[in-house]
Amino acid sequence: MSASDLAATAPSAAVTARRTGPRGGGRASAHPGAHAASARRLGLRFLALGYLLALLGAPVAMIFYRTFEHGLAPVWEAVTQPNAVHAFWLSIELVAIVVPLNTAFGIGMALAIERGRFRGRALLGLLLDMPFAISPVVVGLALVLVYGRTGWLGSWLTSNGMQVIFSIPGMVMATAFVSLPFVARETIPVLRELGTEAEQAAATLGASAWQTFRRVTLPAIRWGVVYGVVLTTARALGEFGAVSIVSGRLEGQTQTLPLYVQDRFENFDGTGAYAAAVVLALLAFATLLGMNLLAKRTKRDTVV
Amino acid sequence: MAIEVQDVTKRFGSFTALDEVSVRVPDGALMALLGPSGSGKSTLLRVIAGLETPDAGSVRIGGQELTDAPARTRGVGFVFQHYAPFKHMTVHDNVAFGLLVRKASKAQIDARVGELLELVRLDGLAKRYPSQLSGGQLQRMALARALAPEPQVLLLDEPFGALDVKVRAELREWLRRLHEEIHVTTIFVTHDQEEAMDVAGQIVVMNAGRIEQTGTPHELYEHPANEFVMSFVGPVNRLGDALLRPHDIQILRGGSDLYSEQSTVEALVRRVAHLGFEVRVELTLPDGRDVWAQVTRETAAELELAEGQILTARLPAPRVFAAA
Repeated sequence: MSASDLAATAPSAAVTARRTGPRGGGRASAHPGAHAASARRLGLRFLALGYLLALLGAPVAMIFYRTFEHGLAPVWEAVTQPNAVHAFWLSIELVAIVVPLNTAFGIGMALAIERGRFRGRALLGLLLDMPFAISPVVVGLALVLVYGRTGWLGSWLTSNGMQVIFSIPGMVMATAFVSLPFVARETIPVLRELGTEAEQAAATLGASAWQTFRRVTLPAIRWGVVYGVVLTTARALGEFGAVSIVSGRLEGQTQTLPLYVQDRFENFDGTGAYAAAVVLALLAFATLLGMNLLAKRTKRDTVV
Repeated sequence: MAIEVQDVTKRFGSFTALDEVSVRVPDGALMALLGPSGSGKSTLLRVIAGLETPDAGSVRIGGQELTDAPARTRGVGFVFQHYAPFKHMTVHDNVAFGLLVRKASKAQIDARVGELLELVRLDGLAKRYPSQLSGGQLQRMALARALAPEPQVLLLDEPFGALDVKVRAELREWLRRLHEEIHVTTIFVTHDQEEAMDVAGQIVVMNAGRIEQTGTPHELYEHPANEFVMSFVGPVNRLGDALLRPHDIQILRGGSDLYSEQSTVEALVRRVAHLGFEVRVELTLPDGRDVWAQVTRETAAELELAEGQILTARLPAPRVFAAA
């Protein structure tokens, strides 16, 4: 391999450098073209870090800084506003309804796509990705068209005393739609890698389909599911576009935390907006942290 | 319990894995399904277990028609080639699984699991996880797990395929003794003729989705029904249409003019390979065809075999099978 060859492959070397650590680095520096390569590697590392910083680090840090620049008291006052508290609990309520729904649905879809034996499985996989492809605003509008007061199903529902749009059911539907694929998409590859032998073994041992699922399949795919749940939770918490349309943004009634943040921002209440945004960010951190703790504890308990 | 498979056909797309296969396994037998890969032997085993549904034909176990019964109701113990361990469960919990799903009491489960782990010599490893076991230990755990619900029939798919030679020989011996002890009707699949002959009382030889022959190891070796069986159950030399076993070729000192029999022919020693007890002698016959003979160490020493030597080979009456 010549020096120019090495330079050409340097990007991939830089990517793996972190993982292989000193061993990979040692091998590279023993080579004549090592100086150029290590300079490249450093440059790439800075580029990656800079990108992350500009995109994620700086804005998040700024939010925290702006929120707490006048101390804790104004922040506390802002987040204990009745409308803020209501928005907080409404968001939690939506997550509490949507996440279990989508988890059950996602696992079912993953099993159907990966274990089922029927025509149209590929089509089902394609449909599953729709929520990723369609803009949430479109989802919100579509829901209004179907379930709104003058909508296709909505007029019938309204005449029977059920209100979907501008109330919880519509918001649940919108949130469920946009966070639909996560559990299935995280679970499918794990199911595929697991294979069917353990499940067949369970069947020959006399286990019913449910017993096999609960005792063999589910424990084996649990990390895929947990990761899917975390992503679903994060997406459901942060959903703005679709919910913004179907909720009608009624203060203290159908205003979720992200909608509340935008409302405060538009009304020139910087402190209120930043404080609520920080609460939203902290909720997301807590979700991620919870998963990591769970992962560590389970790893200690079982050697898999 | 006896297993009866009647005219079973199984297709996967355009590939016919089983073509009207019928087998009868007597109660308490230890039978081997022997054949090359793709011969349909694993598919047959999976049809008996209920893991595959045949396109035609029937499966009966203990006289009961089970063709469409789900696997879990068949009372069949199945050991998978790669053991299919429940990786998130301990050895104890793996073995206990079949009892747990039958809602046995904890005391019953613990007693039976303890008994089985002793039987497969894994007592003391009950709290380990599958990832902490060797291949041979995993194999024995899989066997204990399959035996726990007291199956009527035990089916093993290439049970020793993934193990190294030494462990394989040990487990072979051990499976035979286990079968003598518990007498459950057992079928195991293998592509290794020596393994089949060593372990099983009855062997079913399969090829291309059909059964070529069924018999004891002795019957198959001495009276193969066709060319496939003869060449699959032991080494052969092929001389045109004729097949002969290398150990049936006798090597005699000196040129063939010393012998008057018709079956003797002059042979040139091309190569002598010492493989421990047996010595493999590669010969070229006067018409240019190559054969190899298997002789004992003693015979080789007596004849002072060396490359380039000219000797006499006495060929056995060759077997010629009608073209299939």
